Amino acid sequence: MARIIVVTSGKGGVGKTTTSAAIAMGLAKRGHKTAVIDFDVGLRNLDLIMGCERRVVYDLVNVINNEATLNQALIRDKRCDQLFILPASQTRDKDALTTEGVGKILEELSKDFKYIVCDSPAGIERGATLAMYFADDAFVVTNPEVSSVRDSDRMLGILSSKSRRAENGEEPIKEYLLLSRYSPDRVKLGEMLSVDDVQEILSLHLLGVIPESKSVLNASNSGTPVILDEQSDAGQAYTDIVARYLGETKPHRFIEEEKKGLFSKLFGSK
Amino acid sequence: MSTGAPTSQKTALEFKSTSLTVPVLLLASNDISLIDQQLKEKVVQAPEFFKNSPLLIDLQKLNAQNLPIDFAEIVAIVRQHGFMPVGVRGGNEQQNGDALAMNLPQHSLHGSNAPLVNKAPAKTLPTPAPEEQKPANQSIENKLVTQPIRSGQRVYAKGDLIVTATVSAGAEIMAEGNIHIYGSLRGRALAGVLGNVNSRIFCSDLQAELISIAGIYQLSDDLSKHPAHKPVQISLDNQTLIIKDI
Repeated sequence: MARIIVVTSGKGGVGKTTTSAAIAMGLAKRGHKTAVIDFDVGLRNLDLIMGCERRVVYDLVNVINNEATLNQALIRDKRCDQLFILPASQTRDKDALTTEGVGKILEELSKDFKYIVCDSPAGIERGATLAMYFADDAFVVTNPEVSSVRDSDRMLGILSSKSRRAENGEEPIKEYLLLSRYSPDRVKLGEMLSVDDVQEILSLHLLGVIPESKSVLNASNSGTPVILDEQSDAGQAYTDIVARYLGETKPHRFIEEEKKGLFSKLFGSK
Repeated sequence: MSTGAPTSQKTALEFKSTSLTVPVLLLASNDISLIDQQLKEKVVQAPEFFKNSPLLIDLQKLNAQNLPIDFAEIVAIVRQHGFMPVGVRGGNEQQNGDALAMNLPQHSLHGSNAPLVNKAPAKTLPTPAPEEQKPANQSIENKLVTQPIRSGQRVYAKGDLIVTATVSAGAEIMAEGNIHIYGSLRGRALAGVLGNVNSRIFCSDLQAELISIAGIYQLSDDLSKHPAHKPVQISLDNQTLIIKDI
């Protein structure tokens, strides 16, 4: 049985798609057969971040409407043969998604995939609620600012009440906090909420902190999941997160301000 | 001229409601001679106490077991022993009719602390008694919440509400009784929503958006002078919310 992970946040622009791409690639690189599904019907982006936009023929809605089989719609990643992408439809809207249709796809994928990553759209409407409905684990991506934290809180409420697990009275969805676009310098200046502030409000298990990094934008523009950029701090943060999710113990990084050596002081940080 | 007359009249009567304690005779057998004998034995033990004592005759146990009894006969017997029957309860249609014929009112089972009727099979219950018993059982329905209450969630308790986690900003918790929060209260908490002015809110960290008791409320602006991270209790005193350290 596959483990279904939803990457969600409530608020837009916090890094859900970046995280979905990075996590899916990370799990696949560890040898687990992984599928990543874009639920943002009408505003599809995951294919761009994954760099497979030219290979999209069929999409999620085609599969739901039985216009294509799942195997026709799944795109195998060129860099990692354990990773498959199921893109969203750009020409439809989110009403094209049905609970039965999504349930059927996830059930079919569960047969031979180890992990299924669902990239949730922003908001709490149909696309977002369907992305999380069947989930086993939830990665709640939050930026260290008040509106993102509140939206995440709202999303956590929906996760605990409107999922399949909640409706069937099963063990609740496991929720993890991913704090993205974190900048220790700005936290020190009081311009940003700290990890502790966010954790106090959300009372959630912290899976990792992803620092604000130029490498994320570069990775998005080039269609390469940032986790593949092993030199970058964000890439390393996602590698840690995947390791922690798989049960390894890794100390948290990127929370404290980096101590600058003489060399970087002279030439500035990159 | 005539319009002035009614105002000058003094109020001669008033209807009020009261509850009083009345001995209840709970019959478990329909053997008249046995009842007669045992009543006699009881009265002998305390003749002054039972003399002219009011008595409510309870037939629910008999009817639950489908034991027929002549109500008029029972009334005659208890009168013989010096009791003054004041009514019947738990009787079937015919027994209630007999009671009415003797000017004895029918009382409801509400307030009975012997919920025997619930144990009996449903088909043997010709009386409306079971429905009337429900409110008594519903009156205390406390709720315990151990998970954080997230933004946008609402929780309602018919009795007291106990939360052992955080109540997030944008969440709303309501109780007809008291509210206890053993975490941070950042959302809205409304106690005594049906107007119970004696209900209170207890919380270990007050950062609420709004607190209210019986409809009297304060917003976070008014609360800001109270330091957070300190256990407090909030009560209502003469239309004013009082926040005190515990």
